[in-house]
Amino acid sequence: MSATSVNLIEVRDLKQTLSGQEILRGVNLDIPRGETLVLLGQSGGGKSVFLRHLIGLMRPISGSIRIEGEEIAKLDERELEPVRRKIGMLFQDGALFDSMDVFENVAFPLRERGERNEKIIRDKVARSLELVLLQGQERKMPVNLSGGMRKRAALARAIISEPSCILYDEPTAGLDPIVSDTINRLIRRLQSHLHVTSIVVTHDMTSTDHVADHVALLREGRIHFTGSLASLHSSTDQVITDFIEGRSHEID
Amino acid sequence: MKFVYTFPLTRAFCLYLGQVALLALETFKSILAGRVRWRLVIYQIVEIGFGSQAVVIITGIFTGAVFTAQIFFQFDALNMSTAVGPVVSIALFRELGPVLTGLMVAGRVGAAMSAEIGTMKVTEQIDALRALAVNPVDYLVVPRAVAMLISMPLLVGECICFGLLASYFVATQILNVASVFFVHHMWVYTHGKEIVMAMTKGFVFAIIVVFIGCQQGLSTKNGAVGVGRSTTEAVVISSLSILMINFFLTMGLNIIFPAGGRY
Repeated sequence: MSATSVNLIEVRDLKQTLSGQEILRGVNLDIPRGETLVLLGQSGGGKSVFLRHLIGLMRPISGSIRIEGEEIAKLDERELEPVRRKIGMLFQDGALFDSMDVFENVAFPLRERGERNEKIIRDKVARSLELVLLQGQERKMPVNLSGGMRKRAALARAIISEPSCILYDEPTAGLDPIVSDTINRLIRRLQSHLHVTSIVVTHDMTSTDHVADHVALLREGRIHFTGSLASLHSSTDQVITDFIEGRSHEID
Repeated sequence: MKFVYTFPLTRAFCLYLGQVALLALETFKSILAGRVRWRLVIYQIVEIGFGSQAVVIITGIFTGAVFTAQIFFQFDALNMSTAVGPVVSIALFRELGPVLTGLMVAGRVGAAMSAEIGTMKVTEQIDALRALAVNPVDYLVVPRAVAMLISMPLLVGECICFGLLASYFVATQILNVASVFFVHHMWVYTHGKEIVMAMTKGFVFAIIVVFIGCQQGLSTKNGAVGVGRSTTEAVVISSLSILMINFFLTMGLNIIFPAGGRY
């Protein structure tokens, strides 16, 4: 695959086992460049595990992950660093550094990449915070932020280095519907402003309807469905309709 | 190798030792490669070195004072009260100073390192570092290791100095040992090799505390309970390691720097 391929990320036969349990049983997925893919699936179904493989936080037992044509599944920590610089990640609880205020959290990637010009850092932090609607909160410590604000600050940190891809791990989990809507709008806004490829892991159908260009459904460690949002909603597959409508057959 | 796999405890011990050794190896490789964030090193020197001074000074003062009193009570009956100075001095330099400083720093700093890194681990902050293309060993362990290797020998020296001052005060002002004999005998029987031994032990104990503390933090699992367990284990393992390794250090260093002699 060339670096200019339509797919930014290509995953082939990805397998992972945790504590003796097969979590991923051969995932195959292409993620198109510049679009938003929502990965749906039940809680505990391996969505976050899959996402962590895309940035090298977990190493698969077998399979291939190619990002812009580069195989990353076998790279070590140091070799992964250039790949990680192209990708931003929003963790489920934000994962802000609690010893730093919002400004320092957002400025952290710039400082770590050698930026020493304080004016450039201030300008870039201000722009990132403006994009996530968090101006004026620079001096707050993470502990003093609400759940939604923490996620927005973490998002500002993820986008400050202008990555070509952003990974969202359950971006609306634990948030009320209003804040969830704000986060969903932000995901769309960032995609239109920064033209990034976004991969959103969620089980929230409202969020999916807001942000998705493409949808994939992970079930029992494999991709059960891929397609457009429209094709997801028009599907007659029992598994998909159950998931969309939130029907459980476990207790009948 | 069969022995290792036959006994689960032996296996766990070897595995743990291997993890600590690998962390130490990676840290020293990073230091040699120049991946040292000096701003963080200075911050850690303040946290570890400056922040531990009160604990170390108090430890030194009261250890020197009580040891002086006990030695005096025993030696005075034999009319050897002027030998208190050299006995306390050699004990402080060779054993008490380094070991007690090591234990105090393990309790204060080793626990803090483990808790801080452990909390970062369970709240995905370490994964966030990795996702931001920052190596957690370079960012978290290297500054702590460099700061500890600088601070610990200095803290050992500080503990010994305050121990000797307290010893001098107790011996001459409370127990009426002649000041001139106390100082003279201490000076004659305390050599450069005692200082080298103290600093060597301080350096080794710094390595023990920092790598056990950081390894415990980095391997933390299971939320708040895990952080508590890691912190406790960091203190217990590093304290026991200091006490055990101190014996072998004493035996080894005594071959290089034999005790006794006037010079």
